[in-house]
Amino acid sequence: MAAQTTMSRSPLSQQSFRAIAAHAILITYTLIALFPVVIILINSFKSRNAIFRSPLSLPNSETFSLIGYETVMKQGDFVLYFQNSLIVTVSSLAMVLLFGAMAAFALAEYRFKGNLLTGLYLALGIMIPIRLGTVAILQMMVASGLVNTLTALILVYTAQGLPLAIFILSEFMKGISDDLKNAGRIDGLSEYRIFGRLVLPLIRPALATVAVFTMIPIWNDLWFPLILAPSEETKTVTLGAQVFIGQFVTNWNAVLSSLSLAILPVLVLYLIFSRQLIKGITAGAVK
Amino acid sequence: MGSLSLKNIHKSFGDVEVLKGIDLTVEDGEFVIFVGPSGCGKSTLLRIIAGLEDETSGTVEIDGELMNAQPPTKRGIAMVFQTYALYPHLTVRDNMSLGLKQAKVAKEEITTSVELATSMLSLEDYLDRRPAELSGGQRQRVAIGRAIVRKPKLFLFDEPLSNLDAALRVNTRLEIAALHRKLSATMIYVTHDQTEAMTLADRIVVLNGGHVEQVGSPMELYNNPANKFVAGFIGSPQMNFITAEQVGEKNAVTVGIRPEHISLGTKKGDLSGTVSHVERLGGDTNVYLDCGSAGLISVRMFGEHDFAVDSKLSATFDPSRIYRFDAQDNTIV
Repeated sequence: MAAQTTMSRSPLSQQSFRAIAAHAILITYTLIALFPVVIILINSFKSRNAIFRSPLSLPNSETFSLIGYETVMKQGDFVLYFQNSLIVTVSSLAMVLLFGAMAAFALAEYRFKGNLLTGLYLALGIMIPIRLGTVAILQMMVASGLVNTLTALILVYTAQGLPLAIFILSEFMKGISDDLKNAGRIDGLSEYRIFGRLVLPLIRPALATVAVFTMIPIWNDLWFPLILAPSEETKTVTLGAQVFIGQFVTNWNAVLSSLSLAILPVLVLYLIFSRQLIKGITAGAVK
Repeated sequence: MGSLSLKNIHKSFGDVEVLKGIDLTVEDGEFVIFVGPSGCGKSTLLRIIAGLEDETSGTVEIDGELMNAQPPTKRGIAMVFQTYALYPHLTVRDNMSLGLKQAKVAKEEITTSVELATSMLSLEDYLDRRPAELSGGQRQRVAIGRAIVRKPKLFLFDEPLSNLDAALRVNTRLEIAALHRKLSATMIYVTHDQTEAMTLADRIVVLNGGHVEQVGSPMELYNNPANKFVAGFIGSPQMNFITAEQVGEKNAVTVGIRPEHISLGTKKGDLSGTVSHVERLGGDTNVYLDCGSAGLISVRMFGEHDFAVDSKLSATFDPSRIYRFDAQDNTIV
């Protein structure tokens, strides 16, 4: 009997130990990941002296200051920058998801010559960073007169996002039962409707994942806006924030404030997609 | 209003030939079942009839019309899939009416067709539910309903009962039989379960390795199998096969006898052996007799019987029920 009780007790304590260990690891990771963001946020609300004197302390009545945000609002056209960033991110995202899903559907659904090769070719972009082609891209944009337009950025980001999108989505689409698509064909649905009405709703969680993975690098990118669209009218938020970083003097209040503001829209987009993601997952689980 | 004619259908996937020349005619109103082991090509054949798969050569005619180039929706067929294949985001009502909506049928007509199908399958209470909120049996009924609503010339069933549990399988089997009587529609049904085939079919098509082994009514196949494969496939438990020498048969290579045509006793019979296992099913008793070099012989007896394992018994065959097969495994008549 005694042996039995210890037997039944030990797995329990082992279980709780495992749970604690897992949580400890995850909490440590969260703290490390959030640390820079929190530092940016708290320091954006402090006066310049306080930022340097005690960078880790929270703003108090003495050190609290909105000077950074005031500078951002006064100097530079930040509303325009935000608008540019949003236009570029949302349009690229829409194009990546649309074209990525269509290409993935063709690769997953149809047997044709060169199917595998096409798939490999499209996946190549995952391994080769698009920045290696910057010079050629710039030449192309100059030749087509697209320098200093948002179109240039949208095209480049679409190209950048497609490989991973096609790779992930085609794997998901292969998992959708053929019977369902065939049932649609017998019911007289066209291939477009099968794609739009049957397949897309079923891969919604995958779409949300791809959206998040595609969106964040585009929003954060400094490289292509700097090279392809540095003019005042086409500046994105990340490029706009560079105004405050000088060769000799950097307006830290303004830099931190603009970066804090830049978090907001992308956070909203992320929340929308992650809700979709969870919805998709639970809908699948109940089925 | 629903005859089918297949002429010399071949199908290859790359170098693998799956169907090697299938000829078949199905009359209007017939219930035909394709049966065979997995990989015999029965599902591929059904898909070719449906137009979901292209034949490599041969012709498919429905009601005398050549259908080779027609897409599935123009062939006047409806299909019920093993995995139900209901549209997960649509309600039962929308699942059933989608096909008609696509065909631009008038709204009132759709409503009456859906009502008719739901009352036939007693699905009235579930019309506004989604597939996720239904049990397996209900989902399969919805899938059947979706087929009925289309008023097809041909009903195609692709192993519709394999995902259901045993009790539900028997119920749904009865429902499909009743449906066939009520609609008197032409039905083609694919299964690997010979019991389903025996209980439902007007005619059974036994497929093996991409060609037709035999076509006939269930009792024809049971009583007059054309070859050893059909003899072994139809009937449960399987027919016993014994090399001819063991039972002193001179004109045949193999001898077959069904388990239900053997009687056991202590007097000298055709074979003798020791009881290795007894299955008591209540109505039936299956006895497995180890006959040494003749192999394991299964015997099916009606009612309850008590045999001790390891006891010695002899088996006597019903002489009128012995099948003889030649070197090519064909039945010697």
